[in-house]
Amino acid sequence: MKETILLTNHMRQSPEDSHLLKSYEKNGGYKAVKKVLKSGTPEEVLEEIKDSNIRGRGGAGFPTGVKWGFLAEDEERYLVINGDESEPGTFKDRILLERDPHQLIEGMIITCFAANISKAFIYIRGEYAKPARRVQSAVEQAYEKGYLGKNIFGSSMNLDIVVHLGAGAYICGEETALLNSLEGRRGEPRLKPPFFPAVKGLYNKPTLVNNVETISSVPWIMSNSGKDYSGLGVEGSTGTRIFSLSGHINNPGNYEIEMGSSFGEFVDTLGKGVKNKAIKAYIPGGASAPWLRGDQLDVKMTIDDVANEGSMLGSGAVVMMDEDTNLVLAAKSLVSFFAHESCGQCTPCREGTTWLENILERVASGRGRMSDIDLLLDVCDNISPGLTWPPKMTTICPLGPSATASIVSLMKDFRSEVEILLPKKVVIS
Amino acid sequence: MSWETERLEKAKRIIEMYPQKRSALGPLLYLAQDKDGYISNESIVEISELVGITEVQVQSVASFYSMYKQEPTGKYLVSVCKSISCEISNASDVINKVKEFTGLSNNETDDENLFTYESAECIGACGGAPAIQVNYETIEGLTPEKAVDLCKWLEEERPEIIVADELQEKFGGIKSFDWAIAENTGTSSPVPGFQTYNTSREKK
Repeated sequence: MKETILLTNHMRQSPEDSHLLKSYEKNGGYKAVKKVLKSGTPEEVLEEIKDSNIRGRGGAGFPTGVKWGFLAEDEERYLVINGDESEPGTFKDRILLERDPHQLIEGMIITCFAANISKAFIYIRGEYAKPARRVQSAVEQAYEKGYLGKNIFGSSMNLDIVVHLGAGAYICGEETALLNSLEGRRGEPRLKPPFFPAVKGLYNKPTLVNNVETISSVPWIMSNSGKDYSGLGVEGSTGTRIFSLSGHINNPGNYEIEMGSSFGEFVDTLGKGVKNKAIKAYIPGGASAPWLRGDQLDVKMTIDDVANEGSMLGSGAVVMMDEDTNLVLAAKSLVSFFAHESCGQCTPCREGTTWLENILERVASGRGRMSDIDLLLDVCDNISPGLTWPPKMTTICPLGPSATASIVSLMKDFRSEVEILLPKKVVIS
Repeated sequence: MSWETERLEKAKRIIEMYPQKRSALGPLLYLAQDKDGYISNESIVEISELVGITEVQVQSVASFYSMYKQEPTGKYLVSVCKSISCEISNASDVINKVKEFTGLSNNETDDENLFTYESAECIGACGGAPAIQVNYETIEGLTPEKAVDLCKWLEEERPEIIVADELQEKFGGIKSFDWAIAENTGTSSPVPGFQTYNTSREKK
């Protein structure tokens, strides 16, 4: 198994200065946007994106072309790049921001051309100070060259980009929470329906919200073609994708691959295996995704195959846990994350995640009660009735239901690891 | 007016970047934190006037986000990641050592105002777990010993400017990916170092 290099090509060609405009241009950067602005039409760009069948790389996997097609007519429309990457296990947008910011900017210009947008924002999580500095420098270089601002590349198109830092709230990765945050409000998700960002988004104006990796893929698609892109990977999961591999693995890192290989092959070849040990469980797509077992490594890395196993490919974060892993502590770490990051709007999530954290804490420390397994599942059921995947929701956004994923996985496949920590039933005769 | 002219000018320039004033609230809160190490009442009043919303609205937003601090923060904000990839890579050992060295529990600041310790949620350094941030500059592939060395170095050297690359070189190990391009820019306060907010500093 080998990597397929599209998105990470430039950073590999010129590792020493891939963040600079001149280096990006030397490797063919900004050619696609120049071509589009000179002789293309917005409709043609949209067709190419639709032909590519690219699906959003943030986690939900919504078809990008369809999303663009939903954007309502209005004089004022916005593009917002979601660079709030905070899903535990994920560090793919970080490399794209840090090592190849011009690819993102070029993708944004093309996107804004296609959607007739003249103001765009890049929302980057506050903890990504270094990547944000790189992106800001790149934006400044682009302004100097006349690639941003008024009449860019000598065309009639105007585009301004503002780089905006978040402030440590995972929930702002949810697109409507991100928009609230960008408006200077608490990062609380909005109810949808009725209004999706494509109709009423930033400042109540039609807004495209796309992930960093998604928009970074646009220059390649326009340099080549939507058809070329959809020829990579498999149906329903076309193109390449950057997977972040971490946990108990010999060679962790970001790997750009075509979707369709198995997790086992991925781990054994690019990840160079797990240190002399068997894999007990793994997370196939970030902290929100239900776990798969070590005997499920033959599952194919596609959006649909992972969904068929009752989990999700999500943000492309693959976390391996070897046979020595204390899964109760792993689940507690994940649940604590969601408890900390719950925005507090919806009672089932705000209260439920904290309950789950407290119960797991006492179980892990040997102070558990016999009734705790039932209690954990009951709390989960109150957040997400029926404990199905994809989850049913009692909440505005999927954060609360995501918190149940690891507990349900633990109880379904590794219940004995919990039971052994609980007191035994004593029969007094 | 509690903000100096330069900070006010910066604030006004930031406000102009946005179609609506209120969008600048987040960036202005960083300016406030850069000034005092936390969001002071004086800054809340200042910001409410600049943005045209009430003080309560400013405070309501400030208290929502974990990176806007409600209490004074030390010169070095040490954030140790405890999320899943770090958790299963023995982050708890790093956490315990840092706590032991600084004598601090979560969200505490020492009497000297040198260190603030916090256990952080995922900082996007999972391939280089366990990882840590000092004033939001990331160091990956730590060991408990190296984490203590890092704290000792901060205590002895008291560097004015924290730069991820320098700290990584001195104390880090395996990285999430090849950083490739060396940088000498960082920050001098417990705020992300970012040009637009005037918080990035170059180390000569």
